[in-house]
Amino acid sequence: MKYTYYPGCSVKATANLYQESIDAIAPKLGIELDELDDWNCCGATAYMSVKELMSFALSARNLALAERYHRDIVTPCSACYLVLNKTNHYFSDYPELRKKLGIALEAGGLSYSGNIRVRHLLDVIVNDVGIERIGELVTRKLENLRVVPYYGCQVVRPEKDFDDPDDPKTMDRLIEALGATCVDYPLKTKCCGASLMGTQEKLALSLCKELLANAENRDAHCIITLCPLCQMNLDVYQVKVNRLFKTKFNIPVIYFSQLIGIAMGLPFRDLGLQRLAVKLTRPMKAIVGGA
Amino acid sequence: MLAKQVVTESSLNLDFLDEIYSLPGGNEIKKCIQCGTCSGSCPFGQVMDHAPRKIFSLIRAGFRDEVLSSNTIWLCSSCYTCAVRCPKEIKITDVMYALKRLAVKEGITRGKKAVVLSKNFVNLVNKYGRNHETELMTRYILQAEKLNAFSFVTQGWKLFSRGRLPFMPHKIKNIDQLRKILKKVDELGDI
Amino acid sequence: MSVRVGVYVCHCGTNIAGKIDIDEVVRFSEGLENVALVREYKFMCSDPGQALIQKDIEEGKVDRVVVASCSPLMHESTFRSVCERSGINPYLLTMANIREQCSWVHVDAEDSTDKAKDLISAAVSRTSLLEPLEKRVVSINPRTLVIGGGIAGIQVALDLADAGKEVVLVEREPSIGGHMAKFDKTFPTLDCSACILTPRMVSVGQNPNIELLTYSELDEVNGYVGNFEVKIRKKARYVDPELCNGCGMCWEKCPGTRVPRKGNAHEKLSLGPTSSIYMPFMQAVPAVPVIDKDSCIYFQKDKCRICEKVCERNAIKYDMVDEIVEYEVGNIVIATGFKTFDPGIIKRYKYGVLPNVMTSLEFEVMNCAAGSTGGSIVMADGREPESIAIVHCVGSRDNNYHEYCSRVCCMYALKYAHLIKEKTKAEVYDFYIDMRCFGKGYEEFYDRLLGEDVRFVRGKVAEITNVPIHESEKDKLILTVEDTLLGAVRRIPTDMVVLCTALEAPDGLPDIAKMCNVSVGKDGFIIEKHPKLGPVATATDGVFVAGGSQSPKDIPDTVAQASAVSSAVLSMITREKIEIEAATAEIDEDRCCGCRICNTLCPYLAIKFDVEKNVSVVNEALCKGCGTCVAACPSNAITAKHFENRQILAEIEGILSAAK
Repeated sequence: MKYTYYPGCSVKATANLYQESIDAIAPKLGIELDELDDWNCCGATAYMSVKELMSFALSARNLALAERYHRDIVTPCSACYLVLNKTNHYFSDYPELRKKLGIALEAGGLSYSGNIRVRHLLDVIVNDVGIERIGELVTRKLENLRVVPYYGCQVVRPEKDFDDPDDPKTMDRLIEALGATCVDYPLKTKCCGASLMGTQEKLALSLCKELLANAENRDAHCIITLCPLCQMNLDVYQVKVNRLFKTKFNIPVIYFSQLIGIAMGLPFRDLGLQRLAVKLTRPMKAIVGGA
Repeated sequence: MLAKQVVTESSLNLDFLDEIYSLPGGNEIKKCIQCGTCSGSCPFGQVMDHAPRKIFSLIRAGFRDEVLSSNTIWLCSSCYTCAVRCPKEIKITDVMYALKRLAVKEGITRGKKAVVLSKNFVNLVNKYGRNHETELMTRYILQAEKLNAFSFVTQGWKLFSRGRLPFMPHKIKNIDQLRKILKKVDELGDI
Repeated sequence: MSVRVGVYVCHCGTNIAGKIDIDEVVRFSEGLENVALVREYKFMCSDPGQALIQKDIEEGKVDRVVVASCSPLMHESTFRSVCERSGINPYLLTMANIREQCSWVHVDAEDSTDKAKDLISAAVSRTSLLEPLEKRVVSINPRTLVIGGGIAGIQVALDLADAGKEVVLVEREPSIGGHMAKFDKTFPTLDCSACILTPRMVSVGQNPNIELLTYSELDEVNGYVGNFEVKIRKKARYVDPELCNGCGMCWEKCPGTRVPRKGNAHEKLSLGPTSSIYMPFMQAVPAVPVIDKDSCIYFQKDKCRICEKVCERNAIKYDMVDEIVEYEVGNIVIATGFKTFDPGIIKRYKYGVLPNVMTSLEFEVMNCAAGSTGGSIVMADGREPESIAIVHCVGSRDNNYHEYCSRVCCMYALKYAHLIKEKTKAEVYDFYIDMRCFGKGYEEFYDRLLGEDVRFVRGKVAEITNVPIHESEKDKLILTVEDTLLGAVRRIPTDMVVLCTALEAPDGLPDIAKMCNVSVGKDGFIIEKHPKLGPVATATDGVFVAGGSQSPKDIPDTVAQASAVSSAVLSMITREKIEIEAATAEIDEDRCCGCRICNTLCPYLAIKFDVEKNVSVVNEALCKGCGTCVAACPSNAITAKHFENRQILAEIEGILSAAK
């Protein structure tokens, strides 16, 4: 199964561990992620705060480039997923916007007919590759590993293309397919603070504290996520949460692709696990093994 | 201003409504029944000057200045919880973005660090076609976080020492194509 | 044949004359072919206006009429009556609509006047070719079918039966009573629901004019107004009603569990016995139990048969089968009530996920003295709650679920607040967006509750969680809400939450609607003939609607609407005959090739196929003259009376020839 791949700026930089784990697991899962040539930044939430039509145009260029391959565009980053998908939906729903984007694209020698879908990598792995196939590839026993499925916001809202906005189950099913124990986690779609960690640190840290506290009091070994910003906030800023709130959280926050890689028995270095700020804990290593 | 005085209609700005209503899906704002689901769902609702519901109430009454100068719009993290739960299906997050853009356009951004971050982001994307997190954070810190610079630098070191902070930006090949498209958008008139 | 068309131009005050130049129109009309005379008047529909037409006809000056005025929907019947009174066939009349389709919708006066001329020219051409049509009359069978045995159906049945007319009352559940039988007290008077309902239920059961068919469903409907043939399926009860004396030994001894007997207090909620052979509640009419096959040990595992052994009347009959019975009725009343919205799909309210979150209907059953908790308000684990939250608008006023307001929830929320205060020492929090207290005594009831220490919070609950952030929130259900009157986001911990769920159309309503040839709207409820002036009739003559199936409503409105239906039905019955549409379609046997395309296209199922003659035949009683078959017939065999091809072509000619 071949897909047009839109990595996004983060997985090339601060979230490079995400990309590494994806590179490691993709061939085993039988999916080929063909990186879209010369893609540009989606603009995330920042660009839309300054310019609307330009923000849509950034996505439109990517969609136009991708459409030429007649395949769905797949991205691992929740923010990119939201922005590209929203642009795609609005393109179909609002003729006035569609017209303007058409004119803009034409200035760059491009055009878009709205014929491709935007999909998140989680959706592709769980729904296209399938739970059964994933289960077959598991070689490490992850029984008793308690994993929190943390979705965050932008993959399940506002478009409900593949899961429920309040109580999604795609990652839950993945965790179970990998043989681990999915923790019942009511805060699975609560905001981590996102980009406000940069501008309103204390507020964002308090949101992260709630997320970590609830993972801890449910005896979770780790949290899995599918958004570079969520991973950054919960992993890199975990020590700041501890400092500000006098807590002692020590919960690794890894990408779902890294968990898949662990279950498949792949070497940890190939999965970028050494790049985590909060390292794999001893109890966790007791179950998943070393290396 | 919501100061302690009787508000006269002449002090309000009803043209403001037209600006907002012309957004995609903006007309739905008129249907707001002030139920408060948005405010109750907002992760930052309790620290905003005016929670989302109040913002809509202020928009409809014409309190332009109050709305654009509030911290509300800059505390929106785009989590979309409000939009998904709104019983009138109002695109609340989109309205917040529009208010952000209006505030930026009017220069009502004093003390709003998020504006500094966003503007830098935009400049980088226009320059390279891609974001460069290292450069973004460096510029942001120098412009808006001088007092907390040390804290940011220690975080930066954590990332750098794990190989998560690249030095060099990546410029896309067809940056001219992108710039032509963005220029055309500018000509079409952006909101 | 020469015809003498009279053209009557109405001013309609300034509605027409204010835009259109009447004098010019009159002058123009006088020059049209076949026009004998033209008159104008301020209000043609008034008595003197009508008298003008009548005089002309009686004096032999005109024998066909064109009235250039408003829409035929307004006054076609008025002017047809004038024709009839004056001695000419009422179908030799055409209305030229120069108001709704002309003066009211156009801006330019000259253009409007030109258009009026076109319309009148068309009308005159058509009228010259109209044929007299005979009125058709059908008889009305005095027996009525009432579908649904809730308070609406019961009221209709009793009204008609007391008037000496026969009624067949069909109810899907094992007993009549509907939702009222599940309530404890009713607002705003706080009467005991069962106490006011059961005497009526008993009356229904005992009235010799009412054939009561419970545990039965509508199977098929054929025919037309006054002459329906209906088939009812009597589902197998497995208990012979002729033999059963309602002693209750069977359900006392039955080991099967239709409703769980183990589990928490909320899971075990029930009004009647929880066994597999059961009566829905103790005051059931008829007082005959029914076996629930899905939980019955005999039907599932071929063991047990205890009920058969203990029944001293040998009334248990496991081999009973569904029986189809047929009736001929003149009118049908749809009174199938409503069902409540399942809040499980609103994930953030955690219904079905966290304990102690319940629906309003479940709360009602809990409060019933005859229910499994004896009327006590308890938490799932049996404890008395310290605080209870009532949440309005769950599934209502929400574009994601139901756009409409369910009308009764604000009032029953107040009722619950009162019941809770009466029965427990719990704190009551009521979360509302608006407080809708529109009826008689309703606002006074709200005033009463305001004085009863209820903590009202204006805000729609954003979410319900059991994840505490503070010691005081431990082991509680925490509701996050913006108190909009204060402008503050609040977290309020409570022990129990009652969700005021929306009222929806009941299961199977679209099927019943289809069988009775009526429609359901976008909201799922039956569409009435006219939202203001025809709230009980439907577009199909002889089919009426009352109660919750038309829209959510409270008991007083339901009873009022039910009696309105009875009045409409009795009016039909006492008339004994009604006139039906004369402008129907007619199939020329010689031209019909038997392709049957028209059979399936007819929206009123009015065309039958005569196998012997191999031609289609229009049932004129069902035909509404819509013209679909006329247009579709490949052999051109169908004529629309009063809208024949030549008449329509003449209209077109009239417009074209009038063009400058």
